[in-house]
Amino acid sequence: MTDSHVHTPEHAHPHRHPPRPDTDDTLGHYQIMEIAVRELLIAKGIVTPVEIQRAIEAMDARGEALGAKIVARAWTDPAFKARLLTDGTEAVRDFGVDMGTTRLFVVENTPRVHNMIVCTLCSCYPRMVLGLPPDWYKSRNYRSRAVREPRAMLREFGTLMPDDVEVRVHDSTADMRYLILPQRPKGTDGWSAEKLATLVSRDAMIGVAFAREP
Amino acid sequence: MVAKNDKYEVYRCAGFGESTVNAALPVVAVAGHNRAMREPIRSHHDMGGLPAGAVEKTEHDYAFWEKRVDALNVLLAAKGHLRVDEMRKNIEALPPDAYERMSYYERWISAIANTLLQRGVITADELGRKMEEIARREGVRL
Amino acid sequence: MSRPAASNAAVPARFKPGDAVVVRRAYPPGHVRTPWYIRGHHGTVVHALGPFPNPEELAYNRPGLPAQPLYRVRFRQSQIWPDYVGGAGDTLDVEIYQHWLEPAGAAP
Repeated sequence: MTDSHVHTPEHAHPHRHPPRPDTDDTLGHYQIMEIAVRELLIAKGIVTPVEIQRAIEAMDARGEALGAKIVARAWTDPAFKARLLTDGTEAVRDFGVDMGTTRLFVVENTPRVHNMIVCTLCSCYPRMVLGLPPDWYKSRNYRSRAVREPRAMLREFGTLMPDDVEVRVHDSTADMRYLILPQRPKGTDGWSAEKLATLVSRDAMIGVAFAREP
Repeated sequence: MVAKNDKYEVYRCAGFGESTVNAALPVVAVAGHNRAMREPIRSHHDMGGLPAGAVEKTEHDYAFWEKRVDALNVLLAAKGHLRVDEMRKNIEALPPDAYERMSYYERWISAIANTLLQRGVITADELGRKMEEIARREGVRL
Repeated sequence: MSRPAASNAAVPARFKPGDAVVVRRAYPPGHVRTPWYIRGHHGTVVHALGPFPNPEELAYNRPGLPAQPLYRVRFRQSQIWPDYVGGAGDTLDVEIYQHWLEPAGAAP
């Protein structure tokens, strides 16, 4: 992994990148910087290649599936749900999640209040549960408009919100990280937590979508 | 021109107040004004509420180098070599066009490098030389 | 109102849930985590989150002590944006450090 002679192929670029005239094998300036910083830090004994690999593996293990499990358990276990809403940081330890220096707040969507998260100043996101955020969450357009036009934003995601529902946007400006507990879809009585988890999307846990219908 | 001696001519240049201009050198016109700024400049990253376009729901699988940058950030924070707010500050300090043109992880590795420079963990010289070495090794022009 | 002496660890909390507050209309340079759009606006404290080191200082690798109490403050969207489209009940929650808040009169 640290063999910098290995060229990592570029995957699809975020839309706003112009097409690169070079082949995928050409290293960009900042890719060279990454190699340089990493090699210097390894040479100085500040990080090791194994640590870097482990950190990558840990991040890869997080994602929608982990969040969906947590949501599904909250839907089926009232005591867990109460713990999750009172102290999300503590409750998600049941799933091996360590929030580190941040704190997790799980906010519940109800028929009366629909919550949505954004970080206008940067890209704060509940990474310890959901893994790396999608490009659009970090984009200028989302960060600018989510606080000002949340209903238009929801519409753009195909989520129609009745006028009598309170839309509440959370701008994560500090060390709190938010996870939305979506409403449990109707027609799922008696479903196992495992089956319920298949209805829970990452977008529902950010608050731009509802959980899927059965 | 507002003054002259046998060495130089003094011109009031828009935006700079008085400065000296050697008339034998090329003159570059600079647009500006002499009035004081009445309002603070809003930082480029502080974008909540500004007009913007439709959200394009693009996603991309993170490239391996991007995951390495992310891992480096997590590790260095855990080891006390950077704080997330130093990273943010360094990203916020990028010029607006750099902020827009650089990808997310290009901004992050730039911020990691700047934080380490600020803390004296690495020097600009050793980083520059290491990047030259890598470029040579990879057959890439910096 | 005179400020009680701060311990080395944390500035004492001035606000509690339900308090009407206003975000200071100040524009210092540096790493400020109070978004531009919310400065000068009135809101209500909904959660006292406890003390945190000041990110404005952490940005320069300083300890950011004494820690500042942090609050989740709720605002009415229709009061922040002149052209807000949506329910009159729509809200916006922002976490704001105590030194950016002043007591407000009755919330408008």
